[in-house]
Parts: sequence; C-alpha cells; structure tokens
Amino acid sequence: MAVTRETAATVKEIEQYKYGFVTDIESDKAPKGLSEDIIRFISAKKNEPDWMLEGRLKAYRHWLTQADEEPAWAKLHYPKIDYQDAYYYAAPKQAKLASLDEVDPKLLETYKKLGIPLLEQQMLAGVAVDAVFDSVSVATTYKKKLEEMGVIFMPISEAVHKHPELVKKYLGSVVPYTDNFFATLNAAVFTDGSFVYIPKGLRCPMELSTYFRINEKNTGQFERTLIIADEGSYVSYLEGCTAPQRDENQLHAAVVELVALDDAEIKYSTVQNWYPGDAQGKGGIYNFVTKRAACRGRNSKVMWTQVETGSAITWKYPSCILQGDNSTGEFYSVAITNNRQQADTGTKMIHLGRNTKSKIISKGISAGHADNTYRGLVRIGAKADNARNYTQCDSLLIGSTCGAHTVPYIETKNPTAHTEHEATTSKISEDQLFYCMQRGMTQEEAVSLIVNGFCKEVLQTLPMEFAVEAQKLVGISLEGSVG
Amino acid sequence: MALLEIKNLHVSVGNREILKGISLTLDGGEVHAIMGPNGTGKSTLSNVIAGRDGYDVTQGEVLLDGRDVFAMEADERARAGIFLAFQYPVEIPGVSTSSFLKTALNAKRRAEGKPEIDAMEFLKLVKSRTKALGMADDMIKRALNVGFSGGEKKRAEVLQMSLLEPRVAILDETDSGLDIDALKVVSDGVNALRRADRAFLVITHYQRLLDYIVPDHVHVLVNGRIAASGGKELALELEAEGYAKYQGAAA
Repeated sequence: MAVTRETAATVKEIEQYKYGFVTDIESDKAPKGLSEDIIRFISAKKNEPDWMLEGRLKAYRHWLTQADEEPAWAKLHYPKIDYQDAYYYAAPKQAKLASLDEVDPKLLETYKKLGIPLLEQQMLAGVAVDAVFDSVSVATTYKKKLEEMGVIFMPISEAVHKHPELVKKYLGSVVPYTDNFFATLNAAVFTDGSFVYIPKGLRCPMELSTYFRINEKNTGQFERTLIIADEGSYVSYLEGCTAPQRDENQLHAAVVELVALDDAEIKYSTVQNWYPGDAQGKGGIYNFVTKRAACRGRNSKVMWTQVETGSAITWKYPSCILQGDNSTGEFYSVAITNNRQQADTGTKMIHLGRNTKSKIISKGISAGHADNTYRGLVRIGAKADNARNYTQCDSLLIGSTCGAHTVPYIETKNPTAHTEHEATTSKISEDQLFYCMQRGMTQEEAVSLIVNGFCKEVLQTLPMEFAVEAQKLVGISLEGSVG
Repeated sequence: MALLEIKNLHVSVGNREILKGISLTLDGGEVHAIMGPNGTGKSTLSNVIAGRDGYDVTQGEVLLDGRDVFAMEADERARAGIFLAFQYPVEIPGVSTSSFLKTALNAKRRAEGKPEIDAMEFLKLVKSRTKALGMADDMIKRALNVGFSGGEKKRAEVLQMSLLEPRVAILDETDSGLDIDALKVVSDGVNALRRADRAFLVITHYQRLLDYIVPDHVHVLVNGRIAASGGKELALELEAEGYAKYQGAAA
C-alpha cells in the first residue's frame, strides 16, 4: 500500500533478518508491524528507563482498543492505513550519500529556488558533510551559551536520561496518551524529537530551531516535542525547515506539547514542506499531527504560526488551552493545497480562565484538484468570564476544480463571552493576473505575488529569515496551478 | 524602422468583429491620440496590443521594433517594452506598491540580463520618481491601488511607467475619473517621459487630456475603423463638432 511503499524500499534488506531482533539492540532496524516486542525494541534502542517503557506499553495497549477509532470526521479521503504494514523503527532512514551528485536533481532545483546555501543543502539531502562544516561548530557554540543561561535544549531521548523529573512531570500532561488515535500511536512508538526548558525569567535570546539538530540523529517519523516555558520566560521556536524535507517515511504522526507557566510566552513557528505527492496524487506524506499548548499560568501567551504547503494529507489543529487568567492564545495559519493535496486544518481555543483572549487568522489557498478545509473550535467555559475571541478565515481559490471549506464551531457557556467570526472566499481574478503580467511578471510570479499578499498577515508573524523563505515557498508550491 | 506598426488589424470578440482593419505607424518620439465615441473599439485596440485574453485576431499584425507582438505572451510583450496604463487599475490586496514595483522592475532587468536591483538603490530610484510626480512618500508602502483615489491610481500608473521605461506606452482613458488638478499632474508626468526613442498611444474620449498631452497625430476611431487622421487641430474640431459626421460616413 502507498503509505509504506517508500519506507519499505529503504529498509528492504531487513526482510531477510528473521531472528532475535529484540535482543540485538545493535541493529538499527526492526521488522515490519507493531507489537509489544517492537515497542520494547524501540525503548531498548533508546536505553530508556522502565517508566518510559511502561508509558509506551500503556499507550500501545490503549491504542489496540482504539483500532477502529481512527478519526473519520475530517474532510479527507485516503485509503485505509494498514498499521501492521508499516515500519516503526528504521534508523538511519537513509544511507548517507557521498555527494550532491547523488541527490535527486529535482530536489536540488527546489533548494536552489529557495536560496538555500550549498552546505545546508547537503545536510538537508542527507549528504555526509565534511568535518569542516561551519554550522556544526556554530551550533555547538550556541548550545554552550544556552546551557550557561540554564536553557535545556536537547533531543527528548536525551532529556529522558538527563532531566527525568521534567519529562515525567510534563510529558503527556497536555496531550495525554488517550487523547486521540494518532496521539496514542505516537505515545507508543515515538522515536525522538526536541525537548526545551526555559528557566524562570529568561528571555531566550535566540530562536531555537530543529535546524541545529539536523546533523544529529534522524528523528524518525513519530516525533515528540515538549517545550516548557517557566514563569516569566520567553522562547521562540522554529520547527522543521524551510527546505523541503523529503521524508521517505510516508506516515507521519507527531505530537507537540507546549506548557507556558505564569507570565511566560511561547512562539512556535512551523513551515511544513514535506513531499506532497505528484500531480496525480501518487505518493506524499500523510501528516497526522497533534499540537497543543497549555497556557497554564496567569498572563501566559502562546502563539502558533504555521505555513503548511507540503504533505498529501494534512490533519492538524494546533490548539491552546487557556487555563490561566488573562492568558492569550493566537493561531496564524497559511495552508496551501495544490494538485491532489488535501488539508483539514485549524485550531481549538479552549477558554477556561477569566479574561482569556484568543485570535485566529487562517488563510487557505486551494489550487488544482485540491481540497482545503479550515476546522476550528472556540469554546468558552462557564468560568471564563470576559473571554474574547476573534476569528478570521479567508479562502482563496485558484482555478475552478478545487475546493475551500470553512467549518467553525463556537460553544459558549458564559454569557459575558465575546466571539467574532469573519470569513471570506475569493478567487484570483483574470484582471489581477493580466495586470501583473502586463508589468512583465511571468504568470507564476504573478500568482506568487498575489498569494503572498493574501497571506501577508500570517507571514509577517514569522521570524524575519523564515518569512523570506516562506514567501518563496508559497510561490514554488503553487507552480503550475494556473493553466 | 517604425517603433510600432499596426497593419490591417481585424479583431473579433465571439462572433462580433470589433476592429475592422486598423493600420497605424508610430515612430520614436511621437504621440498619437486615438479618439472616438464609446463602444467603438478603443479599449479593444489597447487590450489586443497588450495581450489580454478573450480577443481573436482574425487578420493583420502588430510589430514592435519589427518583432511580431502576437507571437509573444503578455508578460513577454511587457518586457519587450509595451506598457499599458490601465483605465481601471486593479487592486492587489496585501502587496505593497513598492514590492509590486520591485518585482516588475526585476522581471524586466532579468530579461535584459541584468542582476536584480539592490534594495537601497531601488528605494532611491523610487523616491526620486515619486517626488517628480508629487506623490506622498508613504504611498509606496500602501497595498497597490487599494483604497487609492482616482488620482492616486493614475499617478501610480505613471510611476510604474517611469520605472519600467517602455518603448511604447498606451494610455487607456487615463483622464477618466480625474479632476483638473490630477489631470495636470498626470499629464506632466507623462510629458516628462517623452523621448526620441519612445512612442505614446493616447486613447481618449475627450479632447481635454490633449490640452495637456499634446499629440503629433490624431486618429478618429469609429465603428472599428479609422475614419480620419490629422494633426492636433483635428481634436479641437471633434470637440466642437462631435463624432456625428464620421459615424454617418462609416455607416
């Protein structure tokens, strides 16, 4: 089946491996399928303490009871996934290539368009990089500085050993293992991800990015990220890469948990540009992601920004639970679907504390035969006096064979709540295209310019360097969308 | 060689023939005015030259510096030097005037094999041009044409023209929606761009504009044909007598 075809190719050799995989922890491969043995294998590979293994097994046993509970409410169509036909541990995912000459030229062309420096291209494409790689040492220098300030930033598998008290306290506290089908699966089999802790009162002086960890271990298809901002702290975290991560694994089910304590602020930015499949809808990543923030403290704030241009299927609702009084949640989203891509994405703003505020700005762009759905929930609890929400959902259609859908849910249990919802749907007009082309722009430049204008409100919330590349990405992902 | 040559141009929309054999030759340094009543094919002529979709050229050709214009896409024509100042400039929400200008300018530079313009250099260039056109500095920060007054829109068109330095500029009813002060500013802007190696095709309904942009040649377009051609005095005559006698003749 399509979901695992590429994975299968990359780890094909392990088919011959028939015995004793559980004890052979030197091996970097586990056979196909999901079982308690596989989970024990993963845990052993990570040299995890018993409490971690127990947590995984608990999740797995729960997942087994959920087998028929795969969410079907989203406006997404895909063949049923056979979870026993997938690989859950296969690291390294890709053999190191000797040079860029061995990389798919199409991929390199995209890198070039994005203006990614050559060394970075090599890292992204999984080329073995020489010892003289500046960024590695730069990253190390940064890490040292961060450590001195008390920032913990490391792979979560490392944090399990070095900071078990923090991991125990917070892992699963925002997204419990029982949360949903995909989150449960992730809790059972996650292989790695980032762990961040910002100490009290510290304004983290640099953007933290997974980029720093690229040269480290491959994170695998089930990432787990946990970020804790202690009282009065601030951090801006950039996820993924502006470059296309052509992940050869096709099923991707990540969980991200954010915790903001009193007066803390977390800004989390994502640019997701995984392989979307070809124009006929063949291949591409199935991206089922659970991202949630707990604004636990008074005056805490979480801001999600996402630019989703990749993946064949996107199922993703970065949310905020506004528990602390005066806490604020914001969600800024650009979702672009072209060809046969499908996205069902939005947010949930759960107001529990008093004077909590939320803002949702969603821009959906649909082209080709794609379907793009905004799905959002604003819930105001009975005790959330004076809660405020403002929601704006704009859809832009390119061509006449794509779809845009807006599905907002608003539930208020408190009479002092104020919620606002605005939605628009528009098309790129022939007049706009002709006007731009009459000024010498190619049709693709014109589309990119117009769509970037449409998304501006969201793109400008991204950190500067990121925003520039995101703008280019917007254009690239819509190439060929106008006939 | 003539800058722009229109030879026996026939254009239809659907089954209806709009232009029925237009021939015009524009040389460098010349300003040609095309006047005519509404619905006579004036805008069709400008759209066909600029390359808007929806028109069928059934006969004839248009040559820019001897090159076949109809063999080029709209954007290629623009980069080759055809500029259309729109009667109704289009709004582009979220795109600042300055980033629009920069994108357009860089498209042209790329076609000429030049590197993209440096940000500081660009800013300096735009500032000098906005100043000459009496435009407020902050206008280039606003989204293109969004919330612009009629006068601001037309000034923005002239600003684009001055940055893109076309070979042939077509002004499509540039005077529509302008009060007399704005008309003067826009006309001054256009006049400042007159050069020996550039030609203008000024399409207008009224003589008024031609008081400010003085043409070398005036053509009367009626029912898809050029009914008469003459010097600038022809415009005054039309203003006094109307199009009636040509409409009769053409019928």
